[in-house]
Amino acid sequence: MNFKLRVWRQKTGAAKGKLADYPANDVSPDTSFLEMLDLVNDRLIEGGEEPIAFESDCREGICGTCCLTINGEAHGPDHPGAACQLYMRRFKEGETITVEPFRAKPFRFVKDLVVNRSALDRIVQAGGFVSARSGSAPEANSIPVPKQNADRAMEAAACIGCGACAAACPNASAMLFTSAKVSHLALLPQGDPERTNRVLNMVSVMDEEGFGNCTNTYECEAVCPAEISASFIAKLNREYAVATLRKKLGG
Amino acid sequence: MIGTLESRIPSGPLDKKWSSYKDHARLVSPANRRKLDVIVVGSGLAGGSAAATLGEQGYNVKCFCFQDSPRRAHSIAAQGGINAAKNYQNDGDSVFRLFYDTIKGGDFRSREANVYRLAEVSNSIIDQCVEQGVPFAREYGGLLANRSFGGAQVSRTFYARGQTGQQLLLGCYQALCRQIAAGTVKMFPHTEMLDVVLVDGHAKGIITRNLETGDIHAHASDAVVLATGGYGNVFYLSTNARGSNVTATYRAYRKGALFANPCYTQIHPTCIPVSGQHQSKLTLMSESLRNDGRVWVPNKQGDTRSPEQIPEEERDYYLERKYPSFGNLAPRDISSRSAKEACDDGRGVGPGGRGVFLDFADAINRLGETTIRERYGNLFDIYEKITGEDAYNRPMRIYPAVHYTMGGLWVDYNLMSNVPGLHVIGEANFSDHGANRLGASALMQGLADGYFVLPYTLPTYLAGQIGKRPTVDHPEFHKAETGVRERISKMIGVNGTRSVDSFHRELGLLLWDKCGMARNAAGLREALRKIPEIRGRFWREVRVPGSGEEFNQSLERAGRVADYLEFAELMCTDALERDESCGGHFREEHQTPDGEALRDDVNFASAFAWEFQGNGTIAPPKLHREPLEFETLELAQRSYK
Ligand SMILES: Cc1cc2nc3c(=O)[nH]c(=O)nc-3n(C[C@H](O)[C@H](O)[C@H](O)COP(=O)(O)OP(=O)(O)OC[C@H]3O[C@@H](n4cnc5c(N)ncnc54)[C@H](O)[C@@H]3O)c2cc1C
Repeated sequence: MNFKLRVWRQKTGAAKGKLADYPANDVSPDTSFLEMLDLVNDRLIEGGEEPIAFESDCREGICGTCCLTINGEAHGPDHPGAACQLYMRRFKEGETITVEPFRAKPFRFVKDLVVNRSALDRIVQAGGFVSARSGSAPEANSIPVPKQNADRAMEAAACIGCGACAAACPNASAMLFTSAKVSHLALLPQGDPERTNRVLNMVSVMDEEGFGNCTNTYECEAVCPAEISASFIAKLNREYAVATLRKKLGG
Repeated sequence: MIGTLESRIPSGPLDKKWSSYKDHARLVSPANRRKLDVIVVGSGLAGGSAAATLGEQGYNVKCFCFQDSPRRAHSIAAQGGINAAKNYQNDGDSVFRLFYDTIKGGDFRSREANVYRLAEVSNSIIDQCVEQGVPFAREYGGLLANRSFGGAQVSRTFYARGQTGQQLLLGCYQALCRQIAAGTVKMFPHTEMLDVVLVDGHAKGIITRNLETGDIHAHASDAVVLATGGYGNVFYLSTNARGSNVTATYRAYRKGALFANPCYTQIHPTCIPVSGQHQSKLTLMSESLRNDGRVWVPNKQGDTRSPEQIPEEERDYYLERKYPSFGNLAPRDISSRSAKEACDDGRGVGPGGRGVFLDFADAINRLGETTIRERYGNLFDIYEKITGEDAYNRPMRIYPAVHYTMGGLWVDYNLMSNVPGLHVIGEANFSDHGANRLGASALMQGLADGYFVLPYTLPTYLAGQIGKRPTVDHPEFHKAETGVRERISKMIGVNGTRSVDSFHRELGLLLWDKCGMARNAAGLREALRKIPEIRGRFWREVRVPGSGEEFNQSLERAGRVADYLEFAELMCTDALERDESCGGHFREEHQTPDGEALRDDVNFASAFAWEFQGNGTIAPPKLHREPLEFETLELAQRSYK
């Protein structure tokens, strides 16, 4: 198959960027989107040009490294799935495909299609954990957890931390990301003791990092490769309200 | 050789070694821990758990990874599960049985004492992870669920859907985040270690490159821990993440650390077959599928009928036929080789005849599609995305692919290499899996090393090191840093015409052919002739655009591929020297009459630890042998019939 690529090229955060055109010809429909970019890059290198910078690692949709906006959609048209799970058979012969990085103010620009998403790490550092010292844990089966709670916790925990939610949101909100972690831990008895501070601190860092508010556009849920449900955002709001109240009452 | 090749296995009965070690090990007082800096390279299950735990204990930890976040380490991709000897299913499991299975699964090529310790701490891992909030699968009564996994007759595998590695790594990442917030761990993402620095024969620091800016930086410490994963990508195509590489361990090898058993690589039986030249990686279909899927090929050679048209009596369920007691759950090396045999025999299916069927029709009839969907839904989805085929209605096609590397830097019982201060954990070391790893045991080992072993063994080294940390002004740091800079300039300076990947692909094909699922002396000698040729061409023809002072992925890859081009030679040398078959190392010259691996315990019941020779150039490495003593188990012919 043959395609026309329009790719965002920008050397550094300070430099000016622009869309540049590249042909992607003789691509087998079984090629993944990233393999297609590999091919284009190989040809660029052999032709003496600079390859397009883009990151990926597992290439099976779980590490959350790839962060491409394809034809205006975070991770491209094949939802649910990360860009690395997108195959060229999804596109039409001769199609023009626009590729840009995930854009959200808190994601620092690095190069071409690469951004730095450490803002998401800092939200987790604010409290997205259970303080369980190595070696201090009780016997694993001593606290039974109802299967439906464990399953629901798993649904939230499945977040791959790619940041597509923030990139797709008109407000660059990271509510889906944050709500997934808050909900995962709030649904389990082990997460309960730190529940109040966790949600307050994570939300406050989320704001400090410059992520915007949720205005219920649900773009986040639509592009999420891990199918995290927006109902977790409602849960986050509840957790936050209860925590605020508790803080007020308990000091 | 630097240091010694002493295993430092504690004396006493096998089941008391670890507890008596812990009772008598040296400790570092809390006040002194604050004065000690530890570098941990890697943030996967091994590195992440070690960094978090050491930080918690009060050491100053610096942790490095090349991804943009520690949460993205390759461990994230593990699907199937993690073993532990909890015996929750009341099916006869025990610490001893897990130990025995691991030694036998490794074809009697690992150390009893290390493996016993691994089995012993396995239960604490599950406790720890549950406490962190890892959402393991549960039964309706609220207790933890288990499944059986390749090569085991008991159900001892804990899992979180098909995303066990993700959930374990996130548990570990969150523990790490807690320490980062507490200030005990300083995290350096997007930073690659390019050399280790030795001062007076001790590992006292590393040289790194910031991948975003290209800055080269020296870091001094009191000890260095490598948790940098495996080298499966030397084959170019593998199930590993694209970035996984051998650079950290290979650079340490060049500095004097011994590399053990590099030829022990694991080829996983259930992966999606190669479909074309464009392919950048192979995708694993979790082995848990073999619990319900049946593996078969047509009886007839060159049978191109579609699977539903092949009647039952014309199918060869070869694993069930050859290994009646383990059937489709036969260990990985055996299942992989059987698939290769069937395809070599002209009975393979799919494009190029390099595939076998994994059929769920019986399981769907027995349990219903809903149950199968619940168990494996995400795997079936992945399969459909990649191949465009629906495995609920037609059997999957699978073929073996490179998956895991049992070889790694040699370590003693303390998980310290022969270089004092240089510790190696997780897939990067050689310690626990012998010549073949059992399913769901890598996650167990990574977390055992990081949460429960290294935090006890590292102090035995550190206790003697207080106040001995050099500064980065030491000439050894300057020397190493200069070396790194020169190598970068040299790679960019070649300015040839071929991409780095094209050399990597060329090397991979050669290794898969000559040092893959089956090996023989003539093939290995041929590979040993060709690798230096490819390497020579690499240094004349490679093209690395851009500069070293910017985000430059061609440069990152060039460094890794240059190391693979040297490492591959070591791997083939080891495979040639090990003139026996064992586990994943199948030398065609050594097989039983029915085609099983034939060990030679008289000459090869030892670990091969290789020492780098030569001064900048590459001379044949020097072999050191560590004899493996079996005091508890009897060396037996492995049988899964
Ligand atoms: C698809 C797949 C499925 C698997 N499923 C299972 C399973 O179900 N059960 C099981 O037990 N095992 C499984 N395994 C094996 C298991 O996942 C790995 O062996 C294990 O996760 C390795 O962990 P690690 O911490 O040693 O290394 P890794 O997770 O590979 O981490 C390596 C770390 O080192 C860093 N690093 C490497 N080099 C450098 C450098 N030069 N500078 C800086 N940082 C560096 C990386 O950034 C990364 O953080 C699977 C493997 C694959 C490929």
